[in-house]
Amino acid sequence: MHQESDRTRCFRRRALLVGGAQLALMGGLAVRLWQLQVRDAESYRLLAEENRINQRLTVPPRGVIVDRRGRPLAVNVPTYRVRIVREQAKDVRKVLEALAEIVPLDEARIDEVVQLAKAQRPFVPVTVRENLSWEEVARIAVRTPDLPGVLLDSGLVRRYPHGPATAHVVGYVGPVSQAELEREADPLLRLPDLRIGKNGIEQAYDRELRGRAGLSRVEVNAIGREIREIDRREGEEGADLQLSLDLDLQRYCMERLADQEAAAAVVLEVATGAVLAMASVPTYDPGAFAGGLSPALWRQLTTDPRHPLFNKCIRGTYPPGSTFKMITAIAALEAGVATPSTEVFCPGHMSLGNARFHCWRPSGHGRLALVQALAQSCDVYFYELARRVGIDALASVARRFGAGVRLGIDLPGEKPGLMPDSRWKRERLKQPWQKGETLVCGIGQGFVSMTPLQLAVMTARLCNGGREVHPWVVRGPHAHVSEGKGRPAPSLGVSRANLEAVLKGMFEVVNGPRGTAKASALPLPGVYMAGKTGTSQVRRITKAERAVGAHKRKDRPREERDHALFVCYAPHDRPRYAVAVVVEHGESGAKAAAPIARDIMVEALRLDPSRELVPGRLDMAERG
Amino acid sequence: MASRPSLAPASGPGLGEKLLAINWPLVALVTLLGLVGYGLLYSAGGGSHTPWAARHGIRLVVMLGLMIALALVDIRRLFALAYPLYALVLLMLVAVEIVGSINKGAQRWIDLGFIQLQPSELMKLALILALARYFHAAYLDEVRRPLFLLPPVLMILLPVGLVLKQPDLGTAVMLGVVGTAMLFLGGVALWKFLLAGALAGAALPIAWSQLHDYQRQRVYTFLDPESDPLGSGYHIIQSKIAIGSGGLWGKGYLEGSQAQLSFLPEKHTDFAFTMLAEETGFLGAVAVLGLVAAIVVVGTGIAVRAESQFTRLLAAGVTCNFALYALVNVAMVTGLIPVVGVPLPLVSYGGTAMLTVMLGFGLLLNAQVNRETTIPRFPVDL
Repeated sequence: MHQESDRTRCFRRRALLVGGAQLALMGGLAVRLWQLQVRDAESYRLLAEENRINQRLTVPPRGVIVDRRGRPLAVNVPTYRVRIVREQAKDVRKVLEALAEIVPLDEARIDEVVQLAKAQRPFVPVTVRENLSWEEVARIAVRTPDLPGVLLDSGLVRRYPHGPATAHVVGYVGPVSQAELEREADPLLRLPDLRIGKNGIEQAYDRELRGRAGLSRVEVNAIGREIREIDRREGEEGADLQLSLDLDLQRYCMERLADQEAAAAVVLEVATGAVLAMASVPTYDPGAFAGGLSPALWRQLTTDPRHPLFNKCIRGTYPPGSTFKMITAIAALEAGVATPSTEVFCPGHMSLGNARFHCWRPSGHGRLALVQALAQSCDVYFYELARRVGIDALASVARRFGAGVRLGIDLPGEKPGLMPDSRWKRERLKQPWQKGETLVCGIGQGFVSMTPLQLAVMTARLCNGGREVHPWVVRGPHAHVSEGKGRPAPSLGVSRANLEAVLKGMFEVVNGPRGTAKASALPLPGVYMAGKTGTSQVRRITKAERAVGAHKRKDRPREERDHALFVCYAPHDRPRYAVAVVVEHGESGAKAAAPIARDIMVEALRLDPSRELVPGRLDMAERG
Repeated sequence: MASRPSLAPASGPGLGEKLLAINWPLVALVTLLGLVGYGLLYSAGGGSHTPWAARHGIRLVVMLGLMIALALVDIRRLFALAYPLYALVLLMLVAVEIVGSINKGAQRWIDLGFIQLQPSELMKLALILALARYFHAAYLDEVRRPLFLLPPVLMILLPVGLVLKQPDLGTAVMLGVVGTAMLFLGGVALWKFLLAGALAGAALPIAWSQLHDYQRQRVYTFLDPESDPLGSGYHIIQSKIAIGSGGLWGKGYLEGSQAQLSFLPEKHTDFAFTMLAEETGFLGAVAVLGLVAAIVVVGTGIAVRAESQFTRLLAAGVTCNFALYALVNVAMVTGLIPVVGVPLPLVSYGGTAMLTVMLGFGLLLNAQVNRETTIPRFPVDL
């Protein structure tokens, strides 16, 4: 048993040694604490409360946004503001209450600032009020000795010179949210005054516009006066962005749509996909967001059924109606189930099984070939083509022209719309595809839905020789979309002859004697526009309603009225611009949408200085 | 060779006996330390039970129950389970490594839904159990044989390597130190440690080249905190200022003038002691150190009085583990060693470290209850 007692003795010796060592180390830590808290306490107390090195992040000026000719759309303007530093104020609330006697400051704002200051590192200044008048600045300056921790300085605020007219594209900035703080580690985001992009280009290109923080280390004394700057590391200014937008055209579009309740218009350059104008009404004032929105205004903006905050061009999805017929035609031609000279007889309806599918013209169009079918927008003709092609081939061609897919525009929140096929219906609705649904899709109704941007891109791809352009807004080295960097678009692989046949139909729509939009031909000599009307049903028409003509009555509630659509391009022989217009519940594509699209097209051509892009003239824009 | 002792039921104490045999002063010390943590987290929350203090309190109560329950388990069952437990935790470490490499990120825990299990923490206890069992079977003349040392050294290096790879330098170092202490307590000759130390010193440059950038940055920052005043250097500087400015008496509970330390993002976890030292001063900080020291004294006492090798190694191992947490944490916040992210057990907010330490105390109490229980050198089915 001596082996057992041997190791027992060995263990005890060593266990006491280990335990003793632990206690000795703890003693050592106690000595360390004595050093810090007793021997050097005085100097640390000084460090903590008096003489102190402040690290201050320097905020780089946010990049400026200009239109294609260098005209400013978003700029920084100087403002005087009063700020407070918690560690110097000691009692933030007391100081703020004293400040409230000098400048207007309500109780709610004081509470808010106290909370904000608490959430920050103690030496970070928190803004109390911006946009001070000179008189207010002077009054505060005189009283500074009684207001510990209160700083006066000038800062920059974001301004949108054309506010509501460019709001949906340019977006707006606002305070950093908790979720955004957690997503990103950039120390800039922790600054209470920082505003980051919340929508539009401001959001999509926030990283580029924001730049990188600099750091300056400042020695300050007990009352917060800066004694000297010790060193400084420069940050990186935010990048300036030039947009494809043409400010004049954008403003024209907004004005032209202004008397509509809810509408959207897009102007594209067909060869490049550049967005020249993107208008959505109703709109809002982006300047209201910078200082935080009042709850009442926010509620009003978010509960308005016409969705003023939405950019309808990319977020509104509508049944394309007859504007979709070009796609049905191309699908049939490409599949070889029809030729441009294929004729169909339209008696005003088409029967499939025991269902009856109506043409918009109850008396029928008689015998028609493709060009006239497009010109007069005969529904029966396209029911027949759709029936021959089948939904899956139709959907595949439609997607190549942009229906049902996100086009990848460099704006946040783009919706894909929907281009259904049999697989989609099987998987999502757990039901087999019905033949009748193919017919309905063939005239752009049923499940099909597209955004105004998709309609414009579809038109551009039809008239630019079948090239797969993608829409973009920002041009130059920072562009997210490669065409914005100047790369050409690849071909879609659609036969030129088939495209020509469809374009001929679109020409007849506007310029032919029986065209649905002949009232909206261009008033310009020698310049012709080609296009297509669309009037899309918002709800299904019942048999009873059709019998009494209720679906055409003027006194229907607004939300049941048809959407009015029009897509077009011009000049017809060397296309430059594609325009898509959607007027929500505008009732008639020819009457409500086509005249707007025509006016926009005239303006686009008028502004065309024959028409090379003017390279960026950023020097014209105000800088902070 | 001694004959195998029979496993009569009488060789283990009954439940009532066990409850009486529990070292209640130790339970009291542990509870007291946990309550200090509760009070501190109440202050860290700005004088509020949310977000930390209340949950800390609930965890403390649950884990005290767990601790007592573990104290009542038959120690021979623990002995028999030592290797399987070690193997299981090692597998979990490998599992997080695999999951981590799939997710392309540092993954340190297994998500069981109700709790996020951090195997590297459990490994501290598993390693202590496994090594205690290994050395239980060996008399000193066996321990002297160099080849005999190969398995336990591997048992230490395997998890250390895996945890380093996670990468979690703090936990890896703690595992290594606890393992080494176990070898020392097990009777391994002193010169072997000196030799290993010399070899490790020679290998240091290689290890340096294997460190992650952020780990090197921490060492640099430690050597010159001013070089990274916005990052972790900021923590060290501000932590020292807060502790130092607390002075002898402190600034008073809930009165930390570094405005409740809100410049320290981790005041409720790794830098809890900083806040304690600022608010209660040198006296309060030393009192808490004294509490930790008292636990170490009781733990070492249990180890020394236990009669079987497994029991005493177990007791000394978990005591050492607890002491190491406290030593590393306080040394870290007072600027003596680099910031390695080790919490102050029972005081800092955080479930995993608390779980490890409380299960450790459960083992320690178990060793106390079973100080006279004989354990055969080789396990017998129970």
